[in-house]
Amino acid sequence: MAIIDPRHAARQLVFERIFRGATLSAAILVLAVLGGVGVSLVHGAWPAVSHFKLAFITREVWNPVTDQFGALGPIYGTVVTSLLAMLLAVPTGFGIALFLTELCPPLLKRPIGVAVELLAAVPSIIFGIWGLFVLAPVLQRHVQPWLISHLGHLPGIGPLFKGPPFGIGIFTASLVLAIMVLPFIAATMRDVFDTVPPMLKESGYGLGATTWEVIWNVVVPHSRVGIVGGVMLGLGRALGETMAVTFVIGNSHRISASILAPGTTISSAIANEFTEAVGDLYTSSLIALGLLLFLITFAVIAAAQAMLSRLERRSGAVA
Amino acid sequence: MHTLKRLAVVGFAAMATFVASAGDISGAGATFPYPIYAKWADAYKKATGVGLNYQSIGSGGGIKQIKAKTVTFGASDMPLKPDDLKSAGLLQFPMIIGGVVPVVNVKGIGPGQLHLDGATIASIYLGDITTWNDPAIKKLNPKLALPNTDIAPVYRSDGSGTNFLFSDYLSKTSPKFLSTIGANTSVQWPVGIGQKGNEGVANMTIQTDGAIGYVEYAYAKQNKMAYTLLTNKAGNAVAPSAESFQAAAATADWAGSDSYYLILTNQDGAKSWPITGASFILIYKTPDASSNVVNAASINEALKFFSWAYANGTAMAAELDYVPLPAALIAQVKKSWASQIMDGGHPVYVGK
Repeated sequence: MAIIDPRHAARQLVFERIFRGATLSAAILVLAVLGGVGVSLVHGAWPAVSHFKLAFITREVWNPVTDQFGALGPIYGTVVTSLLAMLLAVPTGFGIALFLTELCPPLLKRPIGVAVELLAAVPSIIFGIWGLFVLAPVLQRHVQPWLISHLGHLPGIGPLFKGPPFGIGIFTASLVLAIMVLPFIAATMRDVFDTVPPMLKESGYGLGATTWEVIWNVVVPHSRVGIVGGVMLGLGRALGETMAVTFVIGNSHRISASILAPGTTISSAIANEFTEAVGDLYTSSLIALGLLLFLITFAVIAAAQAMLSRLERRSGAVA
Repeated sequence: MHTLKRLAVVGFAAMATFVASAGDISGAGATFPYPIYAKWADAYKKATGVGLNYQSIGSGGGIKQIKAKTVTFGASDMPLKPDDLKSAGLLQFPMIIGGVVPVVNVKGIGPGQLHLDGATIASIYLGDITTWNDPAIKKLNPKLALPNTDIAPVYRSDGSGTNFLFSDYLSKTSPKFLSTIGANTSVQWPVGIGQKGNEGVANMTIQTDGAIGYVEYAYAKQNKMAYTLLTNKAGNAVAPSAESFQAAAATADWAGSDSYYLILTNQDGAKSWPITGASFILIYKTPDASSNVVNAASINEALKFFSWAYANGTAMAAELDYVPLPAALIAQVKKSWASQIMDGGHPVYVGK
């Protein structure tokens, strides 16, 4: 018979309270930090925002000499490089995850899995240096001239591949970003695919479904939420990546139709210019860029949440 | 637990260093002179036991920190305007000289073979001259075989004193550059590709056929890049060298300048290199006794270090391809210290 010792119980209660208080304050700390970041960004960005108003996000000019600043170039570069990177990395990551969980011979499973995780551990500066010294010359000499001469004249997509082959630019930055976010996407997707109960898959095979049908009709629907989560994790990293992008994007505040042309992103513009920014409006404009990135990331997360809850509702309705 | 213990040890060590370095001189600012300040600091520590803690966070950061009184001196590659200095109560003086050098990657052209002038370079960076066999370049180089290659202009993407000197030189030599671009630590380049740091620009120029870039002299020299000759204000073609940088600094009218607000680009003098610049130190004229970084004792320590560097730092500067100030200028700076940095009517530092 276990009899509860009252003193022991009281001690437990105190411990329980302290523990609860500790976890609560840890959670509140996150909110406080987030709030603090938001407040200081708005405060720092205020001179620029109140001076340029809406024109700050609609103009392409970025001229520290005349104190004229517009963030359209960095916004464009951030969005385009991230989207291109996702376009390349999501299908590849999806393929890696599916191969590892469903099709891979057991002997290969571990080496490939570890390799993917190691890729995630490479510091971003390494990707930047590799992109500049190894990837860029290859692209400049072999890939981009081919793209320009073969695709540059096509109607419709032609303008995307025009201009001199610099080797660095939006395209190179997207490529490096894709490689950087790939392990996050692949690892997350692999983990959620692994959580699909074998019974469901076996049932599918038992009904005579092909591997493709099982993957598409059982594995993917079951792990939708995790897939979206993996994609968002990758997108989050792509949007905020700084050093690697700065090395290979060409750092120009211009917007051009060609993806081979140089551009800039919000975070690389800040990294490039903040240290030597003299003058209140200049500094404030750079902080306003940071605020914009904060808002864009926020919007992406909100959109992901909305998408997830819609998916949940729909799957609930079907069931 | 283990990690926690290790963290505690690291934290303790950091605190110990902090305590040990309380007597050191602290400064922050420009990245361009950082290598030489670090080298001087090392030698000075060995000679006197006093260390220097210099954070190379950029000129903008250096100006902010000295105004916030968190460091004893600030360092900037762009001189502050006399009005700014007056309102902040700061004294400004030049510490070291360097030069910016245009470099090219054109097939068959080696170091010192191509001859350019400010107006031509401005046209290249404005996108008006786009091939290497353009008549304007041919006219300056009648004997060179110039290819039909497209010019790929490369610029510094990060805000820097190098950008300031280069854009200032182009603004002084090309009215169109002045009216459309202007001079600053970062400017809005209409064409070309941006790379971070001297090493980024040097690398991109080496990698790209037909490229033109601009880097600090040391980078051009150490990477054996194809630097160009430039036409200076006197109309002579000059090559970048310690002598031509010093010539520009020596010809400049420092005595007539207000608070050393003097930019050394496009100076007179037969031998002057036209893209020369000084890196400046900012220090308070009136010590603040309530502060522990800008009080009389710490300012005195900082000035002692600068005085030592003027006297003993020349060989070290030359090793790193920096150029020391001309002797007359050093004498003038020391006179400014004695007459302007005062604490209760007495000069803070009395040098020999």
